[in-house]
Amino acid sequence: MRGRAAILAVWLLGLALALLVVVRAHYIADLSGFLPARPTPMQQLLVEQLREGAGARTVMIALEGGTATARAAVSRSMAATLRAEPAFESIANGDSAESEADRRFVFEHRYLLSPAIDVGHFSVPGLHQALAETTDALASPGGEWLKDLVPHDPTGETLAIIDRLAGERAPHVRDGAWVSADGARALMIAQIAAPGSDLDAASTALAAIRAAFAAAARAPESGSARSDAGTASAGAASAGAARPSVASPSAASAGVRLLLSGPPVFAVASRTQIEQAAVRLSIAGSVLVLGVLLSVYRSLGALLLGLAPVASGALVGIAAVALTFGVVHGTTLGFGSTLIGESVDYSIYFFIGASALTASLWRTQLWPTVRLGMLVSVCGFASLVPAGFPGLAQLGVYSIGGLLTAAGVTRFVLPVLRPRQLALRDLTPLGTRCARLLGRTRRSRGRVQGCAVLLGAAAILILVLERQRLWSHELSSLSPIPPSAQQLDARLRADLGAADVAQLIVVHGSSLESVLREAERTAEALAPLIQAHLVGGVDNPANFLPSRQTQLARRASLPDAATLRQRLRTAGAGLALDTEQLEPFVRDVDAARGAALLAPESLRGTSIEAGFEALVLEAPDHWTALLPLHAADPLHPAIDTPQVRAVLAQLPPALPGSEAHVLDLKAESDALYENYLRAALRGAAGGLCAIVLLIVLARRSLQDALRVLAPLLLAVLTVAASLALAGVQLTLMHLVGLLLIVAVGSNYALFFTDALEGPAPLTLASLIVANVSTVLGFGLLMLSHVPVLTALGATVAPGTLLALLLSALLLDRRSAGPEPREAHDA
Amino acid sequence: MRPCVLLLALGLQGAAAAADDIDSLMQLLAQHRHGEASFVEQHFMKLLKRPVESLGELRFDAPDRLEKRTLEPQPEDLVLEGDELRMTRHGRTRTASLADYPQIRPLIEGMRATLAGDRAGLERLFEVQFFGDLARWTLLLVPRAPDSRVARVQIEGARDALLLVEVRERDGDRSLLTLRGHAAR
Repeated sequence: MRGRAAILAVWLLGLALALLVVVRAHYIADLSGFLPARPTPMQQLLVEQLREGAGARTVMIALEGGTATARAAVSRSMAATLRAEPAFESIANGDSAESEADRRFVFEHRYLLSPAIDVGHFSVPGLHQALAETTDALASPGGEWLKDLVPHDPTGETLAIIDRLAGERAPHVRDGAWVSADGARALMIAQIAAPGSDLDAASTALAAIRAAFAAAARAPESGSARSDAGTASAGAASAGAARPSVASPSAASAGVRLLLSGPPVFAVASRTQIEQAAVRLSIAGSVLVLGVLLSVYRSLGALLLGLAPVASGALVGIAAVALTFGVVHGTTLGFGSTLIGESVDYSIYFFIGASALTASLWRTQLWPTVRLGMLVSVCGFASLVPAGFPGLAQLGVYSIGGLLTAAGVTRFVLPVLRPRQLALRDLTPLGTRCARLLGRTRRSRGRVQGCAVLLGAAAILILVLERQRLWSHELSSLSPIPPSAQQLDARLRADLGAADVAQLIVVHGSSLESVLREAERTAEALAPLIQAHLVGGVDNPANFLPSRQTQLARRASLPDAATLRQRLRTAGAGLALDTEQLEPFVRDVDAARGAALLAPESLRGTSIEAGFEALVLEAPDHWTALLPLHAADPLHPAIDTPQVRAVLAQLPPALPGSEAHVLDLKAESDALYENYLRAALRGAAGGLCAIVLLIVLARRSLQDALRVLAPLLLAVLTVAASLALAGVQLTLMHLVGLLLIVAVGSNYALFFTDALEGPAPLTLASLIVANVSTVLGFGLLMLSHVPVLTALGATVAPGTLLALLLSALLLDRRSAGPEPREAHDA
Repeated sequence: MRPCVLLLALGLQGAAAAADDIDSLMQLLAQHRHGEASFVEQHFMKLLKRPVESLGELRFDAPDRLEKRTLEPQPEDLVLEGDELRMTRHGRTRTASLADYPQIRPLIEGMRATLAGDRAGLERLFEVQFFGDLARWTLLLVPRAPDSRVARVQIEGARDALLLVEVRERDGDRSLLTLRGHAAR
């Protein structure tokens, strides 16, 4: 009795301590666990800043379906609503109010911003050429708009700056709203105010966007429709034509659909999806498994008791992760309990397998096998720990802690707490029938083994043939974002001319001035590549805010009023343009000679500010400027990065304290991922060796160990080959799944090699119940839309089923069985 | 001041004849699915000491495509199709909505609606007055939009051929587009 009390006390104390750690642990909800943990310091900085920076706060909004007019009306109405929301820093949909502020800013500061301004620009020949071009432009269809500008800006600086800022990638404007090139979608960009890592804020902001859309679609801004109808009211025919759109405004916006994309959308969706999928599926899985167990145990008490090992294991597992890593990833919570689902099997073996045994017989006959199976699993999971992915390492630690605890609870606590009267469903008939079935296969044992060898050989052949593309080498393969959402994102980015930054030049420096200067130098050096169409273009924060040095040089090159007036007169000779009317220009240039230089604050209130902030990152004593590179051909977005590197290498030594280098984000992250994949594969190979060693030590026979491993390896190879045949590229998650096949399947194989005559009928029944619950639990994961979960389910569910079947067919050595009983049953 | 005098002189007669004559003119014009002509355009602006001249070709395809291809002094291509405006200049094409170019809208939309014989379209944008007869007619188009920079557009023609388009802006600047060799099919 003292022993029993001591066991319970130790168990409860352990649980209490674990609970304390779990409650006080720090949890992270994002998916950073599946990003490499140890990138280079520069990438670390970059990844963090990209995650927090303006890009991470950008939501791309598209409106599809309905009529073009309706889409534009919904866009305008949504923009008006959302601009009033404090959750957003800015809303851009191409409407004139914002572009008006930008235009004013550019106009006012044109002589500091324009790249054309140098000493030669306002010389007599420079002026003559610029004025001649302006005269031609006046005669062009857009000329009338230019007319207002010319007296102040006859050299066309304002338009040149706007052109450069907007680039060729700016979306088109229709009915006062951005549209895609084909006109099929209205487009908007919303900048969320809160930092990109604040998923709750992002979630609120996205809800606001959806609400604004719902409101706009219900009663779209009828301004345009009404004004059309108003002007048309003189002509009876047109008024009649316009009436339907006024009478039922909602009909006009019928069919308009809202599409959202961008980092905040992905982040929120992934979180929701992981939460929903992991939670919903594990609830559904638990219900199924509990249903199976309840139908067998036929006792709520036994059921709860049966869950004690897995629950204790989960608690200790989380505590172990918290103590080892300091933080617990959401993914660990989500996947962890699936990984130690094996520990539910322990109690199944205990209750069913041992139902006919005394406590001491359980300890001597079944427990050693369960223990060995558990140690095999621990070896397997230990190979995850050194992986560079914190998510995987956490899963490894969690599983080890969880399985050790669960096995311990099964061994020591369950016998103590086991109810004296347990009315289990009698599974002996099931076990006996299976045993008889297996016995019957004994005669064709040779054929079965031949088939297994063929199956293995075929699987190996397929894997060898497919070895080139067996493993996915792209980090994105782990992305929780479904391919369809990635395609939508790419489409909207193309529409908005906001290419996903894949290749960029990163400029580091100790001050804003130094990075801007370096950015200017770099962009200048790239000009020949752009001219040669090797690079489509480069975004440069110095286009939005030139360095002070450049601004000073531009300011210094402006002539005084008297000189400029004199030069204008000479330059205007022979031109149709009347230079006498350019006095406002002379006054503006003169004023610009004494104007204050632009600082980041000067950009406030314009959309230029957002553009600038997206490209400049500030850390204490450290500034970074990003210069995204654009491909010359948007359809084949490949940039010859080595060539860009060569150009940068030829630049004269950088300014003190600043440097520029080319970064190919995708190539870098894929290379990192590949390293981790290789490390994980090495780890898995090591784990396999450890498992062989373990079984050899436990069974004191290499032959026995190989017999145990044969069905497991066959199951792993078959599943891997089937996935390869189905065109699925394997990822790290598949590797975890293959590991789980070995971990769970080893219990089966060990039971079958345990006894000379194969496992007792009840043990056989317990294996079937355990396998059914595993296949159900993991099979459900295949229904999820989260690629990592699907990968896990598609690997483990068929794999464990196969492991049981192969173990039974290859390892069971029972004789043909008592034929007479069959006759008796019939 | 010439147009004002003209207006006064023809005012009564115009109003009376308008309804029928506009319709017959529009029917006449609507019969043509395609037309092209070369043009000379003169710009008279306060900013200019002397008028600037440009020349090029004009092409119309029913129902709603109008192309104005300027050859000199600066090659430039302007295509209006539906509501979409495509401008190509210096090898760069920009696409925009016609609604975003209120400055050029009266000219090209007025011209297009006239060429298409689209009276309803014309009257949605302008107050339309007709002078003369089918052999030699003048359409006077006054934009309905109160904030239009264009004071009026005057289109002159003989039967189904457009001869002259004059756009007069509120600030007194004007442009004169003379069409030649209007080949209609």
